[in-house]
Amino acid sequence: MTKLKTETVTLNMGPHHPSTHGVFRLILTLDGETIVDVEPVVGYLHRNHEKIGEKNNWIQNTPFTDRLDYISPMNNEFAYVLAVEKLAEIDPPERAKYIRIIMVELNRIANHLIAIGFLLNELGCFFTPMFYALRWREMIVDLYEMTCGSRMMPNYFWIGGVSADLPEGFLPECKELVSALPGFLDEMEQLITENEILQMRCKNVAILPPEVATAFGCTGPLLRASGVPYDVRRAEPYSIYDRFDFDIPIGTVGDVYDRYLVRIAEARQSVRIVDQALRDLPGGETATPKKRKFTPPVGDIYHRTEAPKGELGFYLVSDGTENPYRYRIRAPSFVNLQALPYMCRGHKIADVVVVIGSIDITMGEVDR
Amino acid sequence: MTSQDTFDRLVARFPGFELEYVEGKDPAVLVKAENLVALAQYLRDDEECDYCSSITGVDYPEHFEVVYHLYSMKNEGGPVILKVRAERENPHVPSVTSIWRGANWQEREVWDLMGIRFDGHPDLRRVLLWEGYQGHPLRKDFPGPQDEYTFS
Repeated sequence: MTKLKTETVTLNMGPHHPSTHGVFRLILTLDGETIVDVEPVVGYLHRNHEKIGEKNNWIQNTPFTDRLDYISPMNNEFAYVLAVEKLAEIDPPERAKYIRIIMVELNRIANHLIAIGFLLNELGCFFTPMFYALRWREMIVDLYEMTCGSRMMPNYFWIGGVSADLPEGFLPECKELVSALPGFLDEMEQLITENEILQMRCKNVAILPPEVATAFGCTGPLLRASGVPYDVRRAEPYSIYDRFDFDIPIGTVGDVYDRYLVRIAEARQSVRIVDQALRDLPGGETATPKKRKFTPPVGDIYHRTEAPKGELGFYLVSDGTENPYRYRIRAPSFVNLQALPYMCRGHKIADVVVVIGSIDITMGEVDR
Repeated sequence: MTSQDTFDRLVARFPGFELEYVEGKDPAVLVKAENLVALAQYLRDDEECDYCSSITGVDYPEHFEVVYHLYSMKNEGGPVILKVRAERENPHVPSVTSIWRGANWQEREVWDLMGIRFDGHPDLRRVLLWEGYQGHPLRKDFPGPQDEYTFS
């Protein structure tokens, strides 16, 4: 029996697709159902953020960074504001520092909840885990609305502090949420982690070895699930992270299942940080006095933070005027996405969607 | 910030490279384009800078500049910042994709938005803008909307 001569098929997983986490196009080269190659095509959400950032002045860029990774906007603002403060050598008051940490870590929990909910959605477990996760994200987002008036684009941080103090109802509600979250994460784990279908579809799928992950420049839960214990909050502590006691969860195998477990474990560690921050929250003012015109000194700076998706960095060049000369965002999803073809080769079509969900990308950040 | 003793080690290792120490908030090492790959290879192999965090292109009035921020994941080491200059007419810089795989898309983005060519890059195409797009938007002389439309 002679061997059949086959050809590879090129399939387009077009930008309009319910599971590609935004407008994201994949050109798949298939041999039957096995993937030979994947070529991601990005840029469908490119809004020329960096050029507009040069037209805005330094203060106007803070709410503009919300639009990058719109799932975790507090982290984007935090990274930008820290970079500018490093350049201009401004030290915000202590209360502002603690409030920032609370907001940022709550956002990390919200982001991981969305990531897990949507990963399970793509596995075919339509909507039940997603609604479980989103129900708790609603409570976090309610806290944001209480503080700064908006759920998703908070526009809360200022260069030199935060824009408003915590309202009266915030502390009791936040404490209640923080004490209830570990129980909810236990409930999610009990329902999902030992699930046979999840394990069959996620274990040993898309294994990313640690050296390859480092070479690709992957950061965040994607890197830590491969076993590399690198977290910017520990490697180069910024803000007041050195005052808190938290662990860095890492995985062993580096497959999709490990990334799921690492995200749940990180959410638990974020609950610990918020707990400690609420306990140690000092009084005082929430912002250094603001000037109408903000002109940092001439120079360039690169500041990086640990956003929920990876390492978010801002490279800012100042020429002493009110507008940045160069405003560059090192987006974690953009760099992490380079590992996608490596991870998908040899797997089936149905695994592509799972792998994209496990990298956890947001097109607002990839394309800027 | 690239520490002074990192710079001293680099100068001792590569005396002919004419490295310069750029002062500032984030001190950097200014390296010539033709020496970049050798220096980067040394940094990855001997100084354990196994993680290329960011590659940025900047458009200055006299020249283009590409800034590399390198870190070490193994020993959680601080940054080594390299700066390479390229001329304004037909700028090109050697590619470090063979040293750090993660530099691939970042260099494509610099080519796409700033117009700096990377020699030796396996697949230098536009990544954020569509193929067939003319021009490089992040350049300072790229016409903005105020140059195109007049409102009355």
